[in-house]
Amino acid sequence: MTDEALIVLENVNKWFGPLHVLQDVDLSVARGEVVVVIGPSGSGKSTLCRAINRLEPINSGTITFDGQPLPAEGRALAKLRSEVGMVFQSFNLFAHKTILQNVMLGPLKVRKEKQDVVRERAMSLLERVGIANQADKYPAQLSGGQQQRVAIARALAMQPKALLFDEPTSALDPEMVGEVLDVMTSLAREGMTMVVVTHEMGFARHAANRVVFMADGQLVEQAAPEEFFANPRSERAKDFLSKILTH
Amino acid sequence: MSVLVDKFDVFAGGFWLTFQICVLAAIGALVLGAVVAVLRISPVPPLRGLGTAYVTVFRNMPLTVVMFFSAFALPALGSNADFLRVPVLDQIFTRLGTDLPYFRFALIALVLYTAAFVCEALRSGVNAVSPGQAEAARSLGLTFGQNLRYVVLPQSWKASIVPLGSVIIAMIKNSALIGFFGVVGDLSATADQLTGAEGFAFVPVAIGISIGYLIMTVPLGALLDRIERRQAVAAR
Repeated sequence: MTDEALIVLENVNKWFGPLHVLQDVDLSVARGEVVVVIGPSGSGKSTLCRAINRLEPINSGTITFDGQPLPAEGRALAKLRSEVGMVFQSFNLFAHKTILQNVMLGPLKVRKEKQDVVRERAMSLLERVGIANQADKYPAQLSGGQQQRVAIARALAMQPKALLFDEPTSALDPEMVGEVLDVMTSLAREGMTMVVVTHEMGFARHAANRVVFMADGQLVEQAAPEEFFANPRSERAKDFLSKILTH
Repeated sequence: MSVLVDKFDVFAGGFWLTFQICVLAAIGALVLGAVVAVLRISPVPPLRGLGTAYVTVFRNMPLTVVMFFSAFALPALGSNADFLRVPVLDQIFTRLGTDLPYFRFALIALVLYTAAFVCEALRSGVNAVSPGQAEAARSLGLTFGQNLRYVVLPQSWKASIVPLGSVIIAMIKNSALIGFFGVVGDLSATADQLTGAEGFAFVPVAIGISIGYLIMTVPLGALLDRIERRQAVAAR
């Protein structure tokens, strides 16, 4: 991890109608850093994550990625998105394409790379997430855990500078959570810059460089995981942790 | 009922003309409707507004009124819709090239009117694709056009095809209006000619005309049913 900031949010505000979902949020993510965002539902975690690649436009404030402010809708934004991988709660694999085609689509159409180069990279990524033998199947034929690992491979195929995870394990059966977290943990170890919205406290503990706690649209506190789980400073965080860690 | 046999050539001629305008109008409406649908789902607000305005106007106006505008306003503006006299095409669809412009006016009205419904059928298909699909495509960096082409449209056409078919069937039946706007000799106008000018009884003539329309609409409906059944199986 270097100290150079890759993702910087300053004074970010976002409303859904009267609902103030992001309130003066400041957050800086360094290159190679793994930031885990936790908090109760409705706290604005997902919105924060989606704002970083402008899937949710913000109402005020600035977001910069790799030194550039997020561009408005158009080609420049598409280019920026191609450098920020995103993994969704509901996988969102392209239902009409095979696993291999899912992974190859971005590099082929966005980067205009050569077919054989892309195929080779896609297969090695599928190998890495352990699904190379399913390359010719369609998403619906795979389990949730397998689909999510494909989604990670699809994001990695673009060779992104950072990866955003929006509750990647929340839609999975419990026995499949581990296989997805394993892939994420190995990415974190390799120095991928990651922003992970999750309820997996185990992952936050062992893979995060920093835990960010959000409640009611505000960034309440942030600290290294050991410190945060052992000594949460805010009442809100203490309350949250007491509710989830007692079971 | 002998009129069906004796005047078979009149019915056949009417059928042929109605068939021609329907083929042309269907192609025109599908193309224009697709363009308007792209406008309506575009990320650019003014384009979206334009698409929405188009649909609001042409979906809510009676076809008769659209026909009036086309047949009276265009000549008033000094246009005989000569841009529709496309070489080669006017060899196949001879009425496109004739000096009397009413076939072209009627065609324009049918296309403008039907395109609004085509747009909405296509859009309902697009809306049937889960928003996550388009989001995933955007997050990979696909542009709006690439997103439609590679991700959304290949999945949406299945949900569009049945409503589209209904729109085209309605259009075929709507084409019965063109006889009242100067187009001589379409299937409906055949009734006028045979009963009014030649004194045949109305009911047999009406039966003949009905058969003409059914020849076009029933196979189309059957085709749609087949496609729908295949999809229902595929979805399981």
